[in-house]
Amino acid sequence: MIPAPAFLANPERFMAFSRWAAPLLGATAVLVALAGLWLGLAAPEDYQQGATVKIMFIHVPAAIMAMFVYVCLGIASLLALVFRHALADAAAQAAAPIGAALTFLALVTGSLWGRPMWGAWWVWDARLTSVLVLFLFYVAYLALRASIDDEQKGARAAAILALVGLINLPIVHFSVYWWNTLHQGSTMMTKGALAPVYAGPLWLMNLAYLTGFGALWLVRIRGEVWRRRAEAAALRAARA
Amino acid sequence: MPDFDFGKYAAYIWPAYLITAAVFAGLIVSSLGYARRWRRKAEELQRK
Repeated sequence: MIPAPAFLANPERFMAFSRWAAPLLGATAVLVALAGLWLGLAAPEDYQQGATVKIMFIHVPAAIMAMFVYVCLGIASLLALVFRHALADAAAQAAAPIGAALTFLALVTGSLWGRPMWGAWWVWDARLTSVLVLFLFYVAYLALRASIDDEQKGARAAAILALVGLINLPIVHFSVYWWNTLHQGSTMMTKGALAPVYAGPLWLMNLAYLTGFGALWLVRIRGEVWRRRAEAAALRAARA
Repeated sequence: MPDFDFGKYAAYIWPAYLITAAVFAGLIVSSLGYARRWRRKAEELQRK
């Protein structure tokens, strides 16, 4: 294991670390988001897309984070399956609802951007469809965990499902290259594809979403740790 | 200065930003509420 996760694998150390890291990340997210929104909303209208280009500052970070959170969910699920580590399982469980919410945002803001640009709220385009599949994987993960009464069995089944879902990530990423899609190709990673007046606020918003996810993830893992401690204490009290 | 005049595209841009704000608000409230609720419960049970 790499040093950082190994350090945080101890619940006591994790709780001590997340106690100050979560508010720090949250405050960073708010400040960076304010700067990104200020610059983004002050950016000039695009010569082709007009004012709708401003949807980019909330759509692109949501789409990137939808995939990034799934990578976190996959890694945490793998660690939970292989090492049977409770904190890794809590991390997977905590990541799923955030990932589902971000994927939902990517789909909805994309639809609101697509309607004036493409003339359609939705098309069965490879990118859109693969992101919808990603959303369904998140929903299936949450539903599977919730539907099995035995928490450990539910966690194992959901972790396996999460690992299967990893197959979809390269499909989402490369869909715009593998198939003829209405959705545009990647502009974030193509040098010079985006004018600095748009690229600056977009990178700020990406950072805001990343730090915001970090803060929310830590808070939700902390909640999971407390829940498990409460349930263990209740069990001890019942046996006494 | 930010320009909030989105012209004919306002019907698409405002909902996009408002839905994003609502989802983030929901995530923040539910995450903090969940952590606070279980922390209180755990501390209460551990005191017994």
